[in-house]
Amino acid sequence: MKRASDFWVWLLPVVTGALIIALWYGVRAATGLQSWILPTPLEVLQAAVRERQLLLAAAGNTAVGALLGFLFAGAAGWVTSIVLGSSLSLRRSLYPWLLVLQMTPVIVLTPVIVLWAGAGLPGIVTVTFLISYFPVVANMTQGLLSTDRNLVALFRMSNASRFQELLLLRVPSAMPYFLAGLRIAATLAPIGAIFGEYMVGSSAGGTGGLGFLVYSYNTQIKIPALFATALTSCLLGFIFVAGVALFNWAVLHKWHDSYEQPDR
Amino acid sequence: MEANAPIVKFHCVAKRYGDGALVLDGIDLAVAKGDFVTLIGPSGCGKSTVLKLVSGLSPWTTGDVTVAGKAPRQARDRQAFIFQDATLLPWLTAQHNVELPMRLRGDSAEQRRRRAAEMLALVRLSDARGFYPRQLSGGMKMRVSIARALSVSPELLLLDEPFGALDEMTRNHLNEELLALRDRTPFTALFVTHSVAEAVFLSNRIFVMAARPGRLHAEVRVDFPYPRESALREKSEFQTKVNEVSRLLHQVEEVAAR
Repeated sequence: MKRASDFWVWLLPVVTGALIIALWYGVRAATGLQSWILPTPLEVLQAAVRERQLLLAAAGNTAVGALLGFLFAGAAGWVTSIVLGSSLSLRRSLYPWLLVLQMTPVIVLTPVIVLWAGAGLPGIVTVTFLISYFPVVANMTQGLLSTDRNLVALFRMSNASRFQELLLLRVPSAMPYFLAGLRIAATLAPIGAIFGEYMVGSSAGGTGGLGFLVYSYNTQIKIPALFATALTSCLLGFIFVAGVALFNWAVLHKWHDSYEQPDR
Repeated sequence: MEANAPIVKFHCVAKRYGDGALVLDGIDLAVAKGDFVTLIGPSGCGKSTVLKLVSGLSPWTTGDVTVAGKAPRQARDRQAFIFQDATLLPWLTAQHNVELPMRLRGDSAEQRRRRAAEMLALVRLSDARGFYPRQLSGGMKMRVSIARALSVSPELLLLDEPFGALDEMTRNHLNEELLALRDRTPFTALFVTHSVAEAVFLSNRIFVMAARPGRLHAEVRVDFPYPRESALREKSEFQTKVNEVSRLLHQVEEVAAR
C-alpha cells in the first residue's frame, strides 16, 4: 500500500507538469509568437544556463536581503504578539493600527523608505520586513489567545504567576501558530526582497539582486532570461520554505499531532 | 486542628452567572478529612460548579465557602484538580508533566525529578516517563494526570468526571488504583461522576443532586470498609446500594421532567 501511494504522490505532479509544458508548446505553435514574446521552456532553460553566473550572484544578493527582512519580521512579530497577547486593552489600542500598516501598499511607502532607510540593502530589508511582518503577528497572536481553557485553569489552580503562564503555557502552545505565520512570511520574503530591489535597490559594485536583473533584462528585451530570473526566484522561495519546514519539524515533530505517523 | 474539622464547608451557598438563573441554591455541605465524597446528578445540576467554587476558579453569589478554614483561593496549595480530560501539556514528556506543579511552585530540579519518578512508579508508568502525551493511551494519560495531581501531596483532591471518557474496564482499574493510592498518599476526595456504580465503589458519602436550581437532594452513606477491591462489585450489598442511588436519581429526574 505504502509504495503504491508514494508512487502516486510523485507521479501526479509530474504528469500535471508535463501537461502544462505540452500546453505551453501548443500555444506557441498555434499562435506563432516570437521567442522574445513567449520563449519555450527549453529556451528558458538555455537562458538560465547561459546567464547562470549573473543569476547565481543576484540570487545570493537577494537571499541576503530576504533573509534579514524575514528574520527581523519573525523576531519583531514574536515580540509584538506577546505584547498584544498579554493585554486586551493593548490589543484594542494597537491592532487597528497594525491593520492600517498592513493595508498601506508598500509601493506608496517606497519613496520615504529610500529617504529614511537609504537605497540598497537597508531599503530592501525594510520592504521585505513590511511585507512579511504581519502574517507572523496575526498568527502568533491568534495562537496566544487560543490556549486550552483547562490548561489555563490548571495553571491558575497551581498559583502560577502571569509570567509563568505566558512562558510555560501560552508561548509553547502558540508555537504551531507562530510557525504557520513564519511559513507564510517565508514565501513572502523573497518576493518582498525582489520587489524592494526593483523599487529601492542599487546595483553598485555587483550588489544587484534578482529585482535588478528583472529591470535589466527587461530593458534589454532578453525575455528568455527574464523567465529564467522568475525560475530562479521560485527556487529561492522554495529554499526559504524548506528552511522553515525544517525548523518546524525540529520544534514540533516530537509532540505535535501534525507529525503523527498514521497506522497502516 | 481537631481530627473531624471539615476540610470543605459550604454554608447556604447560592450561585448565579451574571443576572441569569440560579445554578446552585441552598448548598450546605461539610466534607470531613478523609472523606471520599461523590456528587452525582443529572446534567446541569451544577455538580462541576461546586468543584469550581472549592478551587476558587469561580466565585459564588451568596453564602460562604471555606477550604481548611480559609477562602478557597488562599487554600490552593492544599488542593489539586483532576479534569475530565487529562489536560497534559503536549510538548512535555510524562515526567515533565508530572513535575509541572512542583516547577510552578519553585521546587528544585533534583527534588522534582525524584518526586516525579516516585509518583510515576506509583501509577505504574516508570517505563513511560520519556513519552509525550500523544504516545500514551487514554488510560495512561489519566494516570499521568493523577500522578501530577498527587505529586504536591494535596490534602484535598477535586475530580471532575475524570474517568468519563474511558472504557469500562479501564475505568474500573483506575477506580481501584485511585483507592489504593489513598493508602500511600492520604487525601480527601470530592468527586463528580455520572456513573452510579463508580460512585458507590469509591465513596463513603454520595450526594444526589437535583437540577434547576442545583441543590443537594439526598445523602447516601456507603459503609463498606476500605480498602475496597474489585470483588466488592459482585456482592449483593453493593448492588443494593447501586439500586438505592439509582432510585434517588430517578426521583430527581422525574421531578425535573414534570
